[in-house]
Amino acid sequence: MTTIKKTVKSSKLFKLNYMKKSIATNVIFIPLCFLWCYPFLWMVSNAFKTPPEMFLKGLRIIPEKPVLYNFVRAWKAARFEQYLLNSVIITCGVVILVLIVASMAGYAFAKQNLAGKKLLLAVLLATMFFPKSVGIIPIYKIINALGLNNTYLGVILAIGGPAHVMAILLFMRYFMSVPKELEESVRIDGGGYLTVFIRIMLPLAKPVFATVGIFNFISAWNDFMVPLIFTLNKPSMRTIGVGLYAFFGEGTADWTGLCAAATIAIIPIITVFLAFQRFFIEGLEGSVKG
Amino acid sequence: MKTKLKNIIDNKWNYAFLLPMLVLFVMFTLYPIYNIISYSFYEWDGFGPLNKFVGLRNYKEAISDPYYWKALKNTLVFAASHLLFQAGISLLIAVALNNTTAKLKNIYRLMIFLPVITTTSVIGMVMAMIFGPINGPINMALTELGIIKKPIMFLSSPDLSLWSTIAVSIWKNIGVSLVYWLAALQTVPRDVYKAAKIDGANSVQTFWRITLPIIAPFGLVIALFAFKNGLYPFDIVKTMTNGGPAFASDVIDTYLYRYAFNPEQSVIKYGFASAGGIFFALVVIGITLIFNGITARVQEKNK
Repeated sequence: MTTIKKTVKSSKLFKLNYMKKSIATNVIFIPLCFLWCYPFLWMVSNAFKTPPEMFLKGLRIIPEKPVLYNFVRAWKAARFEQYLLNSVIITCGVVILVLIVASMAGYAFAKQNLAGKKLLLAVLLATMFFPKSVGIIPIYKIINALGLNNTYLGVILAIGGPAHVMAILLFMRYFMSVPKELEESVRIDGGGYLTVFIRIMLPLAKPVFATVGIFNFISAWNDFMVPLIFTLNKPSMRTIGVGLYAFFGEGTADWTGLCAAATIAIIPIITVFLAFQRFFIEGLEGSVKG
Repeated sequence: MKTKLKNIIDNKWNYAFLLPMLVLFVMFTLYPIYNIISYSFYEWDGFGPLNKFVGLRNYKEAISDPYYWKALKNTLVFAASHLLFQAGISLLIAVALNNTTAKLKNIYRLMIFLPVITTTSVIGMVMAMIFGPINGPINMALTELGIIKKPIMFLSSPDLSLWSTIAVSIWKNIGVSLVYWLAALQTVPRDVYKAAKIDGANSVQTFWRITLPIIAPFGLVIALFAFKNGLYPFDIVKTMTNGGPAFASDVIDTYLYRYAFNPEQSVIKYGFASAGGIFFALVVIGITLIFNGITARVQEKNK
């Protein structure tokens, strides 16, 4: 009897402790997160301020008289419709390329007795250690030699071409977990290799497609070095990040304009992330657990 | 031999499915690595034939250039700070968050994660304003609070510019490590905490004696990822300081970029940039191998 009472008491204590801790966490994390996100608040708020208000009351988060003309100016000056379109085309191209190539390779690698599989995987993994920024010089030359410089395809290949080992491994691990009987039963019904892959495996692998897709979407959209180098001679091909850098560069005087431009540039990627964040976080968790 | 051939024939579809990946892998990973090694032995401006073989001269030139060493040192400082602070601070945050309800945990995690997904180059430009000397909010706030009299030159002082870019880069990447740590903490069974509590252990003891040993194997991976994160800070350095002032925040990425692609600042020297890149790659591979050795030892011990 006493032991039961004790356990009840201790579990209540546990709960009370838990609540106390929750409150303590909030006390620490609300100000911390405010400071953490302050750069974004500052950016968005200044995008709505007039230049004099920004310089006189820079710390004020809510603008006195919100104005929209920074956005209009930034949109026109930085040729946003062009840069947005470039970013969308290049990003989607990379995502499609990586999804097709990695899902096929992952499916083949998932097969048990494939001669040369271990060696290939080892070579793939070993090249992961080679710094990407070093490899960009010859990739630039190869794209040039293919006559693809200053084309969308050139940029897409430069970003999506180098092996995406993580994506391949994610697909491989997933296809290995699919029970063999499933494939065998389709085979018995006369379905070929392609039927199995397209009708059975692809629909099953939707979560992996989502994870790999969102990862590559975000990294391709945010890529700066490749589009910067590949559009040095062709400003009309610039992506948003590169376009903004070319227009505002270092030490611009037009702070409210840059804030508005930065806000426009960041909104699409935040929206996409919020829509698919579950897959993104799960993918990250998987990469450290596996 | 016969069985091997049969295996290949049996697997013809599998090999066909590997083909697109192999073509791209050879074209954009293997061949570039081969190319950059060969460029590094030539004097070459990127145009015309590759015919001026100079042996190891590019390597000697890079190694004897004090600016190369400066960039290399800065890069390693960059990466080491990520290892220490990105992995360290995120662990503190993760442990603090692990005690709260799932709902709160998700909200805070999301907010701390926000900088991760935003475009680094855009963040760099915004941060250049935030760290600005005259109207930048940091200097404004510090002045208004009476902490400083003169604005701090975060980006234009040679002592601070590197650390300012490092701070922003860590702030931007901490969310990734945080997600990793939270995932690692989930592998610690809740009962263990309860048992420790009943035995009278306080939270510090619980952390050191129980939590840390369980998540230590993850910690090595997380530290290595954070280190790698800090090795290639091109976007943030290019947009915040462009390696300045006077190369004080120059890193290998920006150094190589200057010699390979930026004729406004330097003469184009592809061969030289390639040699600098190869030397850097060797340093990175060396560090990674040491790291892998440590990881293997720790895992051995845990068994």
